Amino acid sequence: MALFWVPLLTCSGSLAALFTQRLGRSACVAISALFPAMALAIILMHTKQVFDLEQIRFTASWIPALGLDLSFRLDGLSFLFAILILAIGLLVMLYARYYLSAHEAAGRFYAYLLLFMTAMVGIVLSNNVLQMWFFWELTSLTSFLLISFWNHRSDARKGARMALAITGAGGLALLAGLLLMGQVVGSYDLDVILNSRELIQSSESYLIMLILVLIGAFTKSAQFPFFFWLPHAMAAPTPVSAYLHSATMVKAGIFLMARMFPVLAGTEAWFLLVSVTGLLTLLIGAYVALFKHDLKGLLAYSTVSHLGLITLLLGLGTDLAAVAAVFHIINHATFKASLFMAAGIIDHESGSRDMRKLNGLFKYMPITATLAMVASAAMAGVPLLNGFLSKEMFFTETLQQSTLGSISWMIPVFATIGAAFSVAYSLRFIHDVFFNGTPGDLPKTPHEPPRYMRVPVEVLVALCLIVGIFPEATVGKLLASASIAVLGGDLPYYHLHIWHGFNLPLVMSILAMAGGAAIYFNRHVLFRIQANFAEKNESVIFDNAVKKLRDASRWLMDGIDTGATQRSVFWLLFLALAFTLPPLMGLNSTAGLRPQLPLDPVMIAGATLLCVCSVATVIWHNNRLLSLLLLSVVGLIVSISFALFSAPDLALTQLSVEVVTIILLLLALYFLPQYVRNHSSPGLIVRDLSVSVLIGGVVGTLTYAMMTRPLDSIAEFYTANAKLLGGGTNIVNVILVDFRGFDTFGEITVLAIAAIGIYKLIARMRLFQPSANIEGIPWAKDKHPFMFEIISQALLPLALMVSCYIFLRGHNLPGGGFIAGLITSVAIIQQYIAHGNDWLVPRIKLNYLTLLSSGLLIAFITGVGGFIWQQPFLKSWHDYVDIPFIGEIELASAMGFDLGVYLTVIGSSMMILANLGGLTTADRLRPQNREAK
Amino acid sequence: MSHLPILPVLVPSLAAIIMLLPPLAKSVSRQRTIAWLAFAIMAVVCWQLVASVSHGTTIYVLGGWQPPFGIMLLVDHLSVMLVVLTTFLAFCACLYGSAGEELTGRFFYPLFMFQLMGINGAFLTGDIFNLFVFFEVLLIASYALLIHGGGKEKTGAAFHYITLNLLGSAFFLIALGTLYGTLGTLNMADMAAKVATLPPEEQAITKAGALLLLLVFGLKSAMLPLHFWLAKTYSAAPPPVAALFAIMTKVGLYSIFRVFGGIFGADAGALANMADAWIWPLGLATIVIGSLGVLASPSLRLLAANVIIVSVGTLLLSFVVSDGQSLSAGLYYLVHSTLVGGALFLIADLIKVQRGSAQDRFVIARAMAQPGLLGAMFFTAAICAVGLPPLSGFVGKALILNSISEPLERTWVWSSILLSSLIALVVFSRAGTSLFWHLSGKKAGETKAQPAQIAAIALLLLVTPVITVFAHPVTEFAQQAANDIADSMHLVQDIIAHPPEVNYEAH
Repeated sequence: MALFWVPLLTCSGSLAALFTQRLGRSACVAISALFPAMALAIILMHTKQVFDLEQIRFTASWIPALGLDLSFRLDGLSFLFAILILAIGLLVMLYARYYLSAHEAAGRFYAYLLLFMTAMVGIVLSNNVLQMWFFWELTSLTSFLLISFWNHRSDARKGARMALAITGAGGLALLAGLLLMGQVVGSYDLDVILNSRELIQSSESYLIMLILVLIGAFTKSAQFPFFFWLPHAMAAPTPVSAYLHSATMVKAGIFLMARMFPVLAGTEAWFLLVSVTGLLTLLIGAYVALFKHDLKGLLAYSTVSHLGLITLLLGLGTDLAAVAAVFHIINHATFKASLFMAAGIIDHESGSRDMRKLNGLFKYMPITATLAMVASAAMAGVPLLNGFLSKEMFFTETLQQSTLGSISWMIPVFATIGAAFSVAYSLRFIHDVFFNGTPGDLPKTPHEPPRYMRVPVEVLVALCLIVGIFPEATVGKLLASASIAVLGGDLPYYHLHIWHGFNLPLVMSILAMAGGAAIYFNRHVLFRIQANFAEKNESVIFDNAVKKLRDASRWLMDGIDTGATQRSVFWLLFLALAFTLPPLMGLNSTAGLRPQLPLDPVMIAGATLLCVCSVATVIWHNNRLLSLLLLSVVGLIVSISFALFSAPDLALTQLSVEVVTIILLLLALYFLPQYVRNHSSPGLIVRDLSVSVLIGGVVGTLTYAMMTRPLDSIAEFYTANAKLLGGGTNIVNVILVDFRGFDTFGEITVLAIAAIGIYKLIARMRLFQPSANIEGIPWAKDKHPFMFEIISQALLPLALMVSCYIFLRGHNLPGGGFIAGLITSVAIIQQYIAHGNDWLVPRIKLNYLTLLSSGLLIAFITGVGGFIWQQPFLKSWHDYVDIPFIGEIELASAMGFDLGVYLTVIGSSMMILANLGGLTTADRLRPQNREAK
Repeated sequence: MSHLPILPVLVPSLAAIIMLLPPLAKSVSRQRTIAWLAFAIMAVVCWQLVASVSHGTTIYVLGGWQPPFGIMLLVDHLSVMLVVLTTFLAFCACLYGSAGEELTGRFFYPLFMFQLMGINGAFLTGDIFNLFVFFEVLLIASYALLIHGGGKEKTGAAFHYITLNLLGSAFFLIALGTLYGTLGTLNMADMAAKVATLPPEEQAITKAGALLLLLVFGLKSAMLPLHFWLAKTYSAAPPPVAALFAIMTKVGLYSIFRVFGGIFGADAGALANMADAWIWPLGLATIVIGSLGVLASPSLRLLAANVIIVSVGTLLLSFVVSDGQSLSAGLYYLVHSTLVGGALFLIADLIKVQRGSAQDRFVIARAMAQPGLLGAMFFTAAICAVGLPPLSGFVGKALILNSISEPLERTWVWSSILLSSLIALVVFSRAGTSLFWHLSGKKAGETKAQPAQIAAIALLLLVTPVITVFAHPVTEFAQQAANDIADSMHLVQDIIAHPPEVNYEAH
């Protein structure tokens, strides 16, 4: 449980930083630093157990479905890293207190820093690889926030984005690798994975798994060819660089390789991939570092180079090389963190990081200069300092490998060359900055920093010295326990001494020193050669590449999606064909076995007329009025065929719907141009015509095939039970209001919503009112012919009576609420047409919205009525009641439901028509329907 | 008897009806009160539904007409999950709308309630024709909501959307006619039973009809090449409506799961898993085109729309891979992506309002009035959308990836999902830096987000850490929901085979 507190504490610290921001920088840092300090104490409490090679664990179940447990472990390796992360983190926090200026959001800075710290300790303490990945990606995210802390600067934004993209991409590859590993092993538990070396290395997917994991590690640890993000991450405030690029973020990749060393290493592929990558990175980093004029740029590439060195050591794969790698991890963290901080002090107190201007600073800041010189010497591998020891071990190991067969001798040679460059750039850092003339044109006069800003540097430099002189006493046990964790077994024999006698590695060191000095003092030659190459800014290149990708996909997307409705419709129909044609081609005969009705001349004539009118509608679609009339013929024939095939209800409904629709469309046509120009190109017409013909063919085939086959269906139940259980002889009506009344309830809701929607659409319209048609013939002046007015008025009561009759008989004979509602609407519309809006509005005091909603309410109440008797929604009830003088009549709850349907239909259709019609009058909108202000 | 199953349909329906009656029809504030009341009742209903489903699947027989003759509702883990999700999303969207959108046109609340009724009904029904009816309810309500507030852009987008969906509805009817013509029944479970024993010569017709259903559901869910409407419609829609529309693609996906997993699923005899061969390539292509869209997006709203398209592709794949074993992972991801999609549209609106004429386009502009607040919300939503830890996106994606072990499937699905995540990562980091940090130096605007708007977004975003921390119960529920696709069909088939004693006699 104690382990769980470590990330929890650092995470709480981040909240504390946010909340104490108002108290000022000192209070903020003091309070928030308490949390990582406590976390460090927890880790240190376990020192004895770790040195006794115990592993401390804490596990809690989290997402079993994913195999992701909340699982922490503390062994030598995680102990070492946790200390580095927390201790250097604390020093950086102290340092940043003086580095940040008063107007900068210190609370936000520390919050990000502590979140990052949480992610880092999370990685190293994880005992479940998915959980490790969880924290891994968190480091990418939090480092994005830290690098872009000065977000007003374009280079900070670009650098942060690139770092996020590269490390994020690596993280996704790592996820794939870890998932693959988990699938092979059958668990994401690190304990299980570390014991499955045989299983993993013999699995088919070992190579791909290795590559994916290494991509993750290489991107994070800035290895070739991914290293270019790291120098641009230097746009971050220097404390961030000191932290992320010495001890933490970039070491995460190294940590991952070390963690997976027991299971992934030891194969040919590992040797080749890891050692060659490490060597390349080591050389490139060291070479480029020499040419950087920016202090932090030099340090950044030197970091790249040292990370390459560690990677190379891990790649050599021998036990001693792994020990050397762990040792160099410790040493690099100490000297590089102090160097970044020193660079930050120089920048802070002189206002520049350009080594062409920074010269002879020794007399301005002697203490800082001394500290930086010691740290640089450690970086160069000068004896008595920690860097020397691990470098000697490195040289020894390069001599004792045979990775590359007969050309293995090249590795120590290249290692020496790399070390020489390392000496050269360390010399440049010391000589150029602190000596070599007088300061150039600096913005500030350099001076020593505030006392406590130097403390972190002093602590780290002291460590470099002490470890360098008394290695065994200081880090002996730490190194041993960490190395055992990396090797997953016994420790090889080695001893940490300053003096190993006069041997080949020492010769290599001497050569590197001499060579480095030679390179530095003849650097002008190299600078001249380097000047032939154009200076590249990777972050700009990366940014432009993303922009190019964006523009290319814009071009592509614009080509695919023109926004044309016609094209979308084409794709829909095309897919419909693709879906239906293959199965239909597999159908042997279209016609089924069902006996067919004999053809009669009326049917043939009707069908011919139907086809001709449909085709004619399409042909003359440019003339809108004509095509509307042709369309109405189609509708009429459909109604007639319903009647012919004994579906009078459908026929009545279709007929009334036809009437209402045609009136609606005529109203709409009033505002629209009478003719449409043909916009489609010939190619499009051919395309659309072919698709339409095929779709028609498919639907025709489907219908024919379906109708010519016999069918057992649930319809039998309806015909058998309509009277018995539904209490009505009109089966269609009983289905509508009872058996499937819920569908009807939905459909009247649809109708009501349609009315409201159309109202919304119209309510805002201000349309041009043509006074003449397109040929210039004015519309008739006599809008309301006298005879029409008289006849309509006389028809109204008749029509209402008919609708009443149709409504009442609905349950047993063709009719019902829906049809009756439409008939009533047609009757009212006729009044509108005959008399006009102005005449009718004061006389017909119907609020259609109220009509519509009360219709819905009545249907609803009828539906829930059964709840009282513990019956489900829309449970019907019917009985025969003897009423005096009238006789026995049937009463059914379905009547109430049908009344709701009736009112909703009237309300909805009138709301649509009256409002659309209202557009044609000066009144535009009926006052009671105006926008609610 | 318990009426719980039908309440998710009836409560919003009644609320909407009441809002249209004279005492409330013209008072937005009274309508709002009714809306809050309805949501309060719905909260209790959702609570009860979750409690009830833990005791097993139940059916609700409308009008007392037993299946397969009447319409029935099906309350299983899958439908409950989606009803709860819809209700929560609708509440947040409505809350956001209460801060201004309610007044830009009439009938905001009633239409919102009808929309909710339609979506809930579609998730609950066990009858395929009734599904069509609820599709109509939710579609027509969405048409009306889309034009809320008016304007040329909305009308244009609505025209495109309506034309396509009317065609879709026509195909829906043709498909239903065809299926009824061969199966002779409309109850989904009964259809499933009939499909299994279909004579060979009827199979071809049934297959054609069923694939037409896939067309309709594919259109609704924005499956390639039927996705063209989505980006345009969502970015033109009023913000709360766009947020609610985040569930609309899921209605299509749900229908695919239910119909092609339940009726034409593993037990469908010769027609078993017939849609898989189509969904596979189309799902992959949807991810590809969605990712290209993500790259190409010039504004946050379009980016959000394209992120939704990518998630649709991912969900389609989760249905077909690993013989259906990935679907529970997909359902977890569905919940996550719906909420994040909704939140992104709302955040985009706040950003748009505060950045003046630059709106939510990725160009240099003045600073926002509340950069810290909006930045935090954007950052959270972006992490979710990309699928990075520590929020629920990574759980969903990792679950899907983890559930696939067949090498060929693994290669395709892993690479498409991981690459689409990488693209989203690059694009969101660019989007965020250019929206929040690339400033013209002009004075920040005055308009600030209202508390209701902030609360709505915060609520949506708050769910993602909750379903991350409590991922175990959520994944368990999702697993049961995935199992229910087949199990519920068997359960109803049992009921049909052994009908309860029903007293059809009238009183």
